[in-house]
Amino acid sequence: MKKVLIIGATSAIAEATARLFAKRGDQLFLLARDQKKLSVIADDLKVRGAQNIHTGVYDATGQQSSEDIFDKAIKQLDGIDILLVAHGVLPDQKACEISVGDTLKAFEVNATSVVAILTYFANVFEAQKKGSIAVISSVAGDRGRQSNYVYGAAKGAVSIFLQGLRHRLAKSGVQVLTIKPGFVDTPMTAAFDKGALWAQPEQIAKLIIKALDRKKSVVYTPWFWGVIMLIIRSVPDWIFHKTRL
Amino acid sequence: MLIGGWGQYPLVEAKVSSPLSGDDLQRTIKTREDKAYIARGLGRSYGDSSLSSTIISTRYLNRFHSFNEKTGVLTCDAGVSLDEVLDTFVHRGWFPSVTPGTRFVTIGGAIASDVHGKNHHTVGAFCDHVLSFRILIANGDILNCSPSENRDLFLATCGGMGLTGLITDATIKLLKVESSFIEETTCKARNLKECLELFDTHNSAPYSVAWIDCLKQGKDLGRSLLMLGRHSGQGGYDDLKKTALSIPFNLPEVCLNKLTVGAFNALYYGRIRKQTQERHVHYGPYFYPLDGIGNWTRLYGAKGFVQYQFVIPKDAGLEGMTRVLDKIAKSGAGSFLSVLKVFGKGNDNFLSFPFEGYTLALDFKVSVQTFELLDQLDAIVQDYGGRVYLTKDARMSDHVFKAGYPQWEVFQSVREKYGAIGTFASLQSRRLGLDAGR
Repeated sequence: MKKVLIIGATSAIAEATARLFAKRGDQLFLLARDQKKLSVIADDLKVRGAQNIHTGVYDATGQQSSEDIFDKAIKQLDGIDILLVAHGVLPDQKACEISVGDTLKAFEVNATSVVAILTYFANVFEAQKKGSIAVISSVAGDRGRQSNYVYGAAKGAVSIFLQGLRHRLAKSGVQVLTIKPGFVDTPMTAAFDKGALWAQPEQIAKLIIKALDRKKSVVYTPWFWGVIMLIIRSVPDWIFHKTRL
Repeated sequence: MLIGGWGQYPLVEAKVSSPLSGDDLQRTIKTREDKAYIARGLGRSYGDSSLSSTIISTRYLNRFHSFNEKTGVLTCDAGVSLDEVLDTFVHRGWFPSVTPGTRFVTIGGAIASDVHGKNHHTVGAFCDHVLSFRILIANGDILNCSPSENRDLFLATCGGMGLTGLITDATIKLLKVESSFIEETTCKARNLKECLELFDTHNSAPYSVAWIDCLKQGKDLGRSLLMLGRHSGQGGYDDLKKTALSIPFNLPEVCLNKLTVGAFNALYYGRIRKQTQERHVHYGPYFYPLDGIGNWTRLYGAKGFVQYQFVIPKDAGLEGMTRVLDKIAKSGAGSFLSVLKVFGKGNDNFLSFPFEGYTLALDFKVSVQTFELLDQLDAIVQDYGGRVYLTKDARMSDHVFKAGYPQWEVFQSVREKYGAIGTFASLQSRRLGLDAGR
């Protein structure tokens, strides 16, 4: 039985992953903005087999003192084995281009709040010399594209931060997992037409559990995004700039 | 987007909204203007029951609320699937009281179709194990329904094809089991008469169903395998192994013809060597043989297929079934899977399909000849006072429907009382004359 803290627990991928933790009988602490949604999810996870379940309110844009919330979560869980950071927002790229405020807010939710969380938990995990830190980044962070670079840049920052953290924590035996989903059919992407490349959150959740169990460092979910992004990263600017990606 | 039922016939251009919560659902209905909605779960009804130009998907309404480990009483959202129920509860010793031939149906869909399983003759239909549900009606209110509370709406909603409102959550009773396994007995029947006699002999078996070779004529007409089952006490609790086998694309139409189906049927019948054969088998292959093959409907090609399932009263049994099977065999229209079952007594729900008698389910490729054949079968079924299953229907006429379901007027009056007419409507309800327009 693992002790798992999930931040952004009402996101579709986080919820699907939490269901798999619950079925294994893990102990869960869920953090998210909306207490009402959290309660509904907590009831569901309890029925699915979660041993013990707590919830708390956390806002990635808040000025609240997050350290108190995290302290309390670890205390309630009586330790921590797995941290899953899953919150995020898909900003409107066009709106960001004409608003410094929107751009920085997207950065705060997707990047700086994650950096703050990781700074706190890196020390906790480093001291206990075990456990797993898993963060949902995105393939969008692999190369800046005109259609989505505000989101991409924030996710890119998270990926690089995790890369460094993984380097630092390697000697402590702590797993640092960067999860890079491609297109996922969730409420966050409700406005998009879905094609063959789209995955369901349940699929991503299974891959996250597998990557955690196998102590992976970076996973593209599903795997073929690794190939797609390798190509996208390799295309020279003079060709790339002719595309509308 | 272009969307169809499980048979991929018909297809319709539809706007699908997926509410995230009960509140969200309520908001959708309160701000609907003059649009008519139909609920859709996993889209396993075969024809046009879940089709409309505006569809509400229950995909995000898929959470469990509570479960009592002592009584097996489960409360969950309408969008929870039987697959999730099985995944969550079988290893804890609980099984759905009634399950259809696929585990990819939602609880809401199972109620709306009042689905039946191989145990109808012993325990009745799905809704006979529904203790209560909550339903969002046209004015935006959410009502509690049970056999004693808002009884009229309960009876209209169970089997009511989603035409009374949107079920938000339900409380159902699960069945205690001692393992994940089934003790299966397969008996051979050389013809229809033998098959019906075997059903009678084994009427105390908890589960029973027969597979019929529809291409056989004359003295072999109704050659079949009767498959009996009961939950086993042996073998422990094993999770279902989910296979990744899938039909990747629509096969060319010629693949399914009299020869291939005949060959399949001969192999299927021939695999049972003895008069009776016993097997200890996991519940997966026993209840859900086709769920092991993803997108199996693609075997029928791009035009899609129709299912036809009817029931005729018990006393019409041998004669009626003989007429139907004779008609099909002569037409040569190959039905891959033809399934015969004995129903026990029906319930009080206004549009529930099962009543005491024999039911037969068949698949056909979509074609002009198929539709002509089905019209002829409708006439035979009507002759014997039978009815056709709405969940599989894509083409029945309104008078065949009204003759088969004599309580349709009571159903309509309940819909009218709760403001459902014109608010909750499907292509099927329009075709059957329950809602205006086409």
